[in-house]
Amino acid sequence: MLKKSKWIILAAAMLIMALAAAGCGGGGAQDGEAQKEEPKTEEVSGNLTSVGSTALQPLVEKAAADFMAKNPQAQIVVQGGGSGNGLTQVSQGAADIGNSDVFAEEKDGIDAAQLVDHKVCVVGMAAVVNDKVGVDNLTKQQLIDIFTGKVANWKEVGGVDQKIVLVNRPKGSGTRATFKKYAIDNAEEAQGIEEDSSGTVRKIIGETPGAIGYLALSYLDGSVKPVKIDDVEPVKESILSGQYPVWAYEHMYTKGEPDGLKKAFLDYILSEDVQKTLIPELGYIPVTEMKVSRDAQGNITQQ
Amino acid sequence: MGKTDNNKSPIVLKSRENETGAAWRIWKKYNDIFGKNITMFCALVVIFITVSIVIFISAKGLSTFVKDGISPLHFLFSTQWWPDRPLEEGGPLVGSFAFIVGSLIISLLAVLVSAPLSIIVAVFMVEIAENWAYKVLQPAIEILAGIPSVVYGYVGLSLLVPFIRESMGGSGFSILAGFLVLSVMILPTVISVSADALRSLPGEWKEAALALGSTRWQTIRLVLVPAARSGLITGVILGLSRAFGEALAVQMVIGNTRKLPTSILDPIITLTSAITMDMGYTVTGHLWNNALWSMALLLLTMSLFFITLIRFFSRKGVVQ
Repeated sequence: MLKKSKWIILAAAMLIMALAAAGCGGGGAQDGEAQKEEPKTEEVSGNLTSVGSTALQPLVEKAAADFMAKNPQAQIVVQGGGSGNGLTQVSQGAADIGNSDVFAEEKDGIDAAQLVDHKVCVVGMAAVVNDKVGVDNLTKQQLIDIFTGKVANWKEVGGVDQKIVLVNRPKGSGTRATFKKYAIDNAEEAQGIEEDSSGTVRKIIGETPGAIGYLALSYLDGSVKPVKIDDVEPVKESILSGQYPVWAYEHMYTKGEPDGLKKAFLDYILSEDVQKTLIPELGYIPVTEMKVSRDAQGNITQQ
Repeated sequence: MGKTDNNKSPIVLKSRENETGAAWRIWKKYNDIFGKNITMFCALVVIFITVSIVIFISAKGLSTFVKDGISPLHFLFSTQWWPDRPLEEGGPLVGSFAFIVGSLIISLLAVLVSAPLSIIVAVFMVEIAENWAYKVLQPAIEILAGIPSVVYGYVGLSLLVPFIRESMGGSGFSILAGFLVLSVMILPTVISVSADALRSLPGEWKEAALALGSTRWQTIRLVLVPAARSGLITGVILGLSRAFGEALAVQMVIGNTRKLPTSILDPIITLTSAITMDMGYTVTGHLWNNALWSMALLLLTMSLFFITLIRFFSRKGVVQ
């Protein structure tokens, strides 16, 4: 018995040493390779992390995959975690790019001055309802009354006799912030069901009679009904022209001016390739097509 | 060292020395110290991890009160949760009473449903079940224990929530859905701890009770269950502690409404789901983020409290 246990310890020690050696060796080999190939090619290389907004995540992930296919030496890691997380990490230098649905200036506790904003696309948000409520248009005032809890039944706004069920995103969600600011004029929302992800919100609104909530246009799939606000339909055209007010920029922030891989990747996302095909495909709106622009204070200017 | 040497026959010792020489002698001399150090090192790593987590959470969690000057009473007993409200409109408020109440209601109700059921099942398993029934029951419980919590949540969201909505009204997202899902989730914990407690009772007690003329039911009710009391309570507290800490499955079915409920069909929010809902949107070092850490600290404190309770009962529980 004793002899056996000794051998096990010895074997374990050797295994650990072997693994450690292998680990070091592997690392060394990789470094060597990278050094060897760098001078030969003009390709961008290196590592990059992009963290933040879950609304923007699908686009960044897809773009990163395409970018890495073209530049095999580049390694881009895309993580969610929320806009606040993205802004924090990029200002602390923990991430190279911080993705956010809101302007850095709008977020408390972030030093916006040291961050450089790259607006990569626009996303529209619509008030969506369960398709049995019998309403397809709401005035802004009606929308405010519904979300502040003043109106509790759909028949008060011309729908069926059905209790209204509010479905919110958490405070701090970029979608909620945008909707609150531009759709219901910063009115304080009443308490309702709260769900962390847009996908769950869509599922709940689709299944629950009398439910109303809000979603980015990229989440609309026919299972829920987007409503017109003051007779303006939440579609790309009305957003481009500035008629439909509920939309937000998707920002990719860098700390200081981007260089190297950061610059190459941001240039790629702003390139024709991504702006003309990938962005519309995933339900976003290219920032280059916008006829109006908006600043952090919400002021609209015609372009 | 000396003891091991004495147990060896001198011949074996000699031949080995001849075989492997100096390296073996050194190894033999120090392996005891080596073994002791390695086990001690591993133990210290575990202690270090625990202590650093506690320190980290405490530092983060206490900064709400120390740095941001929020009164602990406001944090614990106010329902006003407005962490994003600007100073000029009454300042950020981080009253977490609704979350605390939510966590307590959901986990206590879950234990209320689950504990009697689990103890009865444990009694059946240990004392009553035929061999074949045991063979079915044991894997069934293991499967229950192995199902990931997201699956419980998903099943709850897809079956239980619509069922409650259609049969009882409301939106379906409710306290009812939450504690039903949780009570199933904690079943395996409570059952296995209770069954162990019953199994560890000395067989003589059962035999003595039977010999005194007790029926099987009397033996179980008057002798075995009271004797295993401390183990059963430990199981229930472990279940409560698991229910209190569960986040994902609960979050999916309770609707997460940040106010105090008035009926069992109302949606509700718990501490755990309040943390997971908000954490991605907050900025590190900011009051809102710190308030979430304070909730984490509260959860940690609760779990320490549960552990203390278990210790208390298991020490007290040695049956006289």
